Amino acid sequence: MTKLLLGFLSVASFLAAQPADLEKRLADVEAAAKAARLSGDNAWMLTSAALVLMMTGPGLALFYGGLVRRKNVLSTMMHSFILMAVVTVVWALVGYSFAFGEGNSFVGGMQYFFLNGVGGDPNGDYAATIPHATFMIYQLMFAIITPALISGAFAERIKFSGMLLFTILWVLVVYFPMAHMVWGKNGLLGALWGQIPTLDFAGGTVVHITSGVSALVCALYLGKRRGFGTESMRPNNLVLSTVGACLLWVGWFGFNAGSALAATSLATSAFVTTHLATAAAALGWMLAEWLRQGKPSVLGAISGAVAGLVAITPASGFVKPMPAMLIGLVAGIVCYVMVSVVKNKFGYDDALDAFGVHGIGGTVGALMTGVFATKEVNDLFGGKPMGLLEGNAGQLMNNAIGAAIAWVLGIVGTFVILKICDAVTGVRCEEEEEIEGLDLSMHGEEGYNLEA
Amino acid sequence: MKKIEAIIQPHKLEEVREALKKIGIDGMTITEVRGHGRQKGHKEVYRGMEYQVDLLPKVKIEMVVPDERSAEAVKALADAARTGKIGDGKIFLIDVAEAIRIRNEDRGEMAL
Repeated sequence: MTKLLLGFLSVASFLAAQPADLEKRLADVEAAAKAARLSGDNAWMLTSAALVLMMTGPGLALFYGGLVRRKNVLSTMMHSFILMAVVTVVWALVGYSFAFGEGNSFVGGMQYFFLNGVGGDPNGDYAATIPHATFMIYQLMFAIITPALISGAFAERIKFSGMLLFTILWVLVVYFPMAHMVWGKNGLLGALWGQIPTLDFAGGTVVHITSGVSALVCALYLGKRRGFGTESMRPNNLVLSTVGACLLWVGWFGFNAGSALAATSLATSAFVTTHLATAAAALGWMLAEWLRQGKPSVLGAISGAVAGLVAITPASGFVKPMPAMLIGLVAGIVCYVMVSVVKNKFGYDDALDAFGVHGIGGTVGALMTGVFATKEVNDLFGGKPMGLLEGNAGQLMNNAIGAAIAWVLGIVGTFVILKICDAVTGVRCEEEEEIEGLDLSMHGEEGYNLEA
Repeated sequence: MKKIEAIIQPHKLEEVREALKKIGIDGMTITEVRGHGRQKGHKEVYRGMEYQVDLLPKVKIEMVVPDERSAEAVKALADAARTGKIGDGKIFLIDVAEAIRIRNEDRGEMAL
């Protein structure tokens, strides 16, 4: 296509005798080239959006659903599934505007309320080659999975009404502002226009640190599940969890490679780093567990894969393949130690380890992005060095500040929201409801009716 | 009539059924149960959390036979179910007062 354009350009300069005709044909060719680019990018981005939705349902729903006791399998899956509906509605009404509207440094304005003006024309601030509506629906899928990740911390003991209210307030208070700060026009932490430019390619800070840290607050606030430490809390079905983890791995290509926002070589680069980091992390966790506990568990291997996916998320579009594997390996081992050793020492009940995997993995990823980001992969700063290893120590500092802001916003925001929910709907279910299981007490159903 | 109630290793069920069939005993009721006697369970580890699993899966066989056949049935059952290790299970013999076939009200050994 470029060759064709150059050909026309040279012909145009030679034959100035008939400029009008040539100019028209040149314009036609340019339009055709633009349409082709738009079509390819749009196809990839719609596919990516669908892949990211698949991460929540069935991916996360299966992953989490298999890890709880059988009396809570449905309610846990519902915590993921229903957010596909709840967050969508909030997003369409006000959320997209709060995240991506042009506002101040901290939150977007109201210009896209009710998706006003979000249509087929591209929004050049974010993605010049796809319809604005494609960008909007793609970003929605991130807003859905983020609160769904938190549900791992309060599984098996939260009241359904409290969970719904919590989620709505949480995306409004924590997620939309954080997304705006990192990715929104004029956001505080934006790589290009922010006062503190951070590098977060696909949401390590926005999605994983916020959700992971908020999960820890939820776990502490709600307290332990009844019988924690004395009764058996073995997973009801690791087969479901393994299928879920595989779907997360596949869906994550939409999450990370899709964050290139176009079907470019950068998308390929992010695809490759995502895959390599995940492989290294699965092996890292498995080997660490094998050495310490004597057996390489399936749950360990799939948890490691998720930790790697989390950690490579901010780095995916900025680092080369070998650093990606290192990031994955470190995340796999660190998260294993966090979940299997540190958590048990402290004794808090982060039921499905949303903090240990997403909070810690996300922070590891955010910091290592600041170390390994390179202009050879993504020359975002116009030839200037990117990460610490290229001589830009400030980037590591900026990414640390970005992570710290996410930690503080997550902790404070979640605590305040939980207080509000406690007063309005209540958050922890009644003792009898918990003993009976949330499937029956909240939803009047059971996951496994084997005699039916 | 005697009721034979046997708790055996699940993987021995087919051998036991074959052995009973050979001596002409067909009818039985099988239940999947969990339990343990002297056998120790095993340890399971999920993300560093250790669980001691003591109640192990077993199969319970229940059948009622005429008094004179109970000895050979017990022998066939025990021989087939035996591995020689702890956890092979137990057999209990219980006197049965009456047996009734629901379809036609046959009673006693007629109903077996």
